[in-house]
Amino acid sequence: MKKFLLSSIIVIIGITFIGRLSYLQIFRTTANQVLEDSAVQAIYDYPERGFIYDRNGTLLVANQPAYDVMVIPREVKPLDTLEFCSLLGIDKPKFLERMRKARVYSPRLPSVLVPQLSKADYARLQEKMRKYEGFYIQKRSLRYYDTNSGANVLGYISEVNESDIRRNPYYKQGELTGRTGIEKQYEEVLRGVKGVKFIQKDRFNRTIGPYKEGTLDTLPEQGKEIRVTLDKELQEYGEKLMVGKRGGIVALEPSSGEILALISGPTYDPALLVGRERSANYSKLHYDTISKPTWDRALLAQPSPGSPFKTLNALIALQEGVMKPETTVRCYNGFYVGNKKRGCHCGGGLRNMNSGIYKSCNAYFAQAFRKIYEKYPTTDEGMDVWEKHVKSFGLGDYLGYDLPTGRKGRIPDKAYYDRVYGDNRWASSFIISNAIGQGEVAATPIQLANMTAAIANRGYYFTPHIIKEIGGEPVSDPKFTTPHYTTIDKKHFDPIVQGMADVYTQGTAKWLQIPGIEIAGKTGTVENFTKIDGVRTQLTDHSLFVAFAPVDNPKIALAVYIEHGYYGARYAGHIASLLIEKYLKGEITRTDLEKRMLEKTLEAEYAKPYSGEEFKINEYVW
Amino acid sequence: MNMSGKSVFKRVDWLTIFLYLMLVGIGWVNIYSTTLTDEGNALLDFSQLYGKQLFFIGASLIAALIFLNLEAHFYERFSSLLYIITMVLLLGLFVFGKNIAGATSWYSLGFFNLQPSELAKFTTALALAKYLSDIQTDIKKRKDQLFALLIILIPVLLIIPQPDPGSALVFLALVFVLFREGFPLFYLLIALVALIVFITTLMFGTIWVSISLALLIAVFLLVKKASFKVPLFPLFTFFFLAVIFSLSVNFVFENVFEQRHRDRFSLWLRLEKDPEKLEEIRKTIGYNTYQSEKAIESGGGFGKGFLEGTRTKGDFVPEQHTDYIFSTVGEEWGFMGTATVVILFTALLLRLVALAERQKSDFSRMYGYGVISILLIHYFINVGMVIGILPTIGIPLPFFSYGGSALIGFTALLFIFLKLDANRLNEWL
Repeated sequence: MKKFLLSSIIVIIGITFIGRLSYLQIFRTTANQVLEDSAVQAIYDYPERGFIYDRNGTLLVANQPAYDVMVIPREVKPLDTLEFCSLLGIDKPKFLERMRKARVYSPRLPSVLVPQLSKADYARLQEKMRKYEGFYIQKRSLRYYDTNSGANVLGYISEVNESDIRRNPYYKQGELTGRTGIEKQYEEVLRGVKGVKFIQKDRFNRTIGPYKEGTLDTLPEQGKEIRVTLDKELQEYGEKLMVGKRGGIVALEPSSGEILALISGPTYDPALLVGRERSANYSKLHYDTISKPTWDRALLAQPSPGSPFKTLNALIALQEGVMKPETTVRCYNGFYVGNKKRGCHCGGGLRNMNSGIYKSCNAYFAQAFRKIYEKYPTTDEGMDVWEKHVKSFGLGDYLGYDLPTGRKGRIPDKAYYDRVYGDNRWASSFIISNAIGQGEVAATPIQLANMTAAIANRGYYFTPHIIKEIGGEPVSDPKFTTPHYTTIDKKHFDPIVQGMADVYTQGTAKWLQIPGIEIAGKTGTVENFTKIDGVRTQLTDHSLFVAFAPVDNPKIALAVYIEHGYYGARYAGHIASLLIEKYLKGEITRTDLEKRMLEKTLEAEYAKPYSGEEFKINEYVW
Repeated sequence: MNMSGKSVFKRVDWLTIFLYLMLVGIGWVNIYSTTLTDEGNALLDFSQLYGKQLFFIGASLIAALIFLNLEAHFYERFSSLLYIITMVLLLGLFVFGKNIAGATSWYSLGFFNLQPSELAKFTTALALAKYLSDIQTDIKKRKDQLFALLIILIPVLLIIPQPDPGSALVFLALVFVLFREGFPLFYLLIALVALIVFITTLMFGTIWVSISLALLIAVFLLVKKASFKVPLFPLFTFFFLAVIFSLSVNFVFENVFEQRHRDRFSLWLRLEKDPEKLEEIRKTIGYNTYQSEKAIESGGGFGKGFLEGTRTKGDFVPEQHTDYIFSTVGEEWGFMGTATVVILFTALLLRLVALAERQKSDFSRMYGYGVISILLIHYFINVGMVIGILPTIGIPLPFFSYGGSALIGFTALLFIFLKLDANRLNEWL
């Protein structure tokens, strides 16, 4: 016992030490995390954010300098707070509060004390800065917008928050990141990679020299400039036409899927979200829950597609062989479902497919829809076939475009109706509204534009996209260059396109023709409902229009959606017509038409549901 | 019996010498890394601490040769004299001592400051061995026990007022020699129980300590063998004494200790839970411990590499080349390095126990135990402090820490024993 006492003590001590050391160095270790090391300071060198140009190389977004006042709380020496506050242009309580926050964040890491000083403030402050130890000015680059449009599609940048930093440790407090739109989607390209210099510090935080002789230091990598597919002029013109209206416009180049314009109304000047007033402006925009300017209607609104959807049902009927272009249907100013009559505005009489389209006859397409379903022994099978055809046009699911927001839209399937009506307890007559684009179907404006592009191409589309070039190199992502073929054969498109062209020559949009340009289009007038105090209330119809031009070799396909604009040929039709002319001719010949669109607003219409009084809808005034 | 130099090298225990050289070598590499400045890079630059230490290592090796070649019986014969000389040197400090960093522990010899307490370690070990091995000494007698304790306590009492409580504490380790030689282990048990009660009282309070003790006794009574007669009265006496001790711990802690003592204990036992006060402790009395723990932690499994320790370079750990040298090992060589050093120390100490046990002469064995006790307590307290499991007590890590007196003192301690061991077969002469 006596002999082994000391030996056991020695071994026990050895084991205890090894245990403690393995806890410290293996389980709790912060090994070699140079950024966590209080003996090493990282100094960052930020590259300039890449510029954004439009499809023609016109500048959209550039940079401007701004100056942040930074503080390292641990290094702050007693100072004349009042003088300093007046220099910074903030009051003392605010100053103390920010100092406290900075200290809570970290006593030895820099925090932003006053962000984004103007050049004038900076000049005044710069000479006196030496007096205040622990404070310094960091130059930063802010966005500068060479346009006052495209706020939602361009997106904005703002300081990273805690959760951004947690999600991506690349970011440090005070750095900027793209929040929405192109800025978010192409953040890594535009941002570049910051450079870093590691400095060895001693325990008094004095610099001793470079850490590891600077072998870990990196140079900043410049942000790349990008060229987007937007046409600045078209975008700006579209936004001008949208003043006083709510809705979304998407214009595509059918031959490539490039997005020519992405307009959401109401919009705002992107410059509002830059600089010191940023957060005040942001709150104002964000909390406007009635007109929702930051809500991109072109990508997120999901109205029923209305009459433009009839073209799809016509195509499916042809493809399934249940109708021919010559097939006629008699319209009795409506049609019957069982013994219940549904109305039609086409004027009645015998319709073939051509006049069915250009007069937008409800009865004709109800018949087409019914026939598609009746071809198959069960409604389930008919539904599957119909759904497959419709979805091949990019409806009912995310399109896969390169912007960070979107909606699926809705193309109902048999499971959907089984849920609503019960298994096998429904038939085509239950869902006949889908024939005319009402009912359960829903699509975003960009989906409608894409559908139009697929018709313009006679049977295929390219995934819509916004990127054209990165750093001078054209982007040829197979995602965007592979055509997606619809399930409809090419030959069936000709009668449909003819019908859409006749919409302009003799149909619902005949007073919207553009001299010298052959257009194909389709109006849509979409019933819609809202809840006011819990009561389902019908509001004035949405005005919808899809079009492409020229009919042969189309250059532009678009969808215009105007909330509560009533007839499709009114607001949406006018705006579509003007945009096509602007894009193809570069100027507007029909100045009276343009003047009317620039002046007319729908504010009175939008105020109705909030008036608290009884109101009329679909008034004929124009 | 006067052995030639050649024979000494044949008989000396080379394994111990190898372990010694490893520790000294690794120690110097870390001192070099810790004290390297931009100015000097010549290894033998005596204006630099690492250069000085290299000189001390050379001096220690020469001293080691001398200790090995002196006649073995010299140590036994002159142990009383050496003891008295060092005690006089310690006494002389009160008059001629040089004050460095608040402690009057040195004689200034121009080039080099001599620290007599380092020398007293091996002379006290020698004197104790000499007294205990005397044919007339009987460790069972109360009078002889007290005299042996006196030999240990004299240097303690001389060193405490310097003040250098850390070094003084080291001498108490020599009681292990007494235990090996028949001093009743009962005392050790009492000391151990007292320590446990002390710590647990501070951590959990008297009530929990009393309840746990009562439960332990109850369990003991329940599982005892039927044939075994339990001495009930002493058991209860023990219990009441423990409870009274526990109560007095609280009283002493609250009323006798000063705030700085309380802070040290609360730091050691992690008693403080309030984050703001913890932050405060880290910046004041806990600074060294916190920084050395952080430095070791940042080394991870394999360390940052030789001369790459950022905290070492940035002088984050105070006294890093002396008492906190182990944190350099931790930062630059990681767990690989620290584990290696712990294993080297364990091997050396176990080897010394083996050597001590094979001695035929009582004097050699007792001195051997003295050597082990002193090395062990240094190693235990120093490393324990640096890795944050023991309170801050400033004593060097043997063979490792910067310092000439300490290195030569430890070398003397070790090599005198190696000489005795090499000579063990001649004892019959």
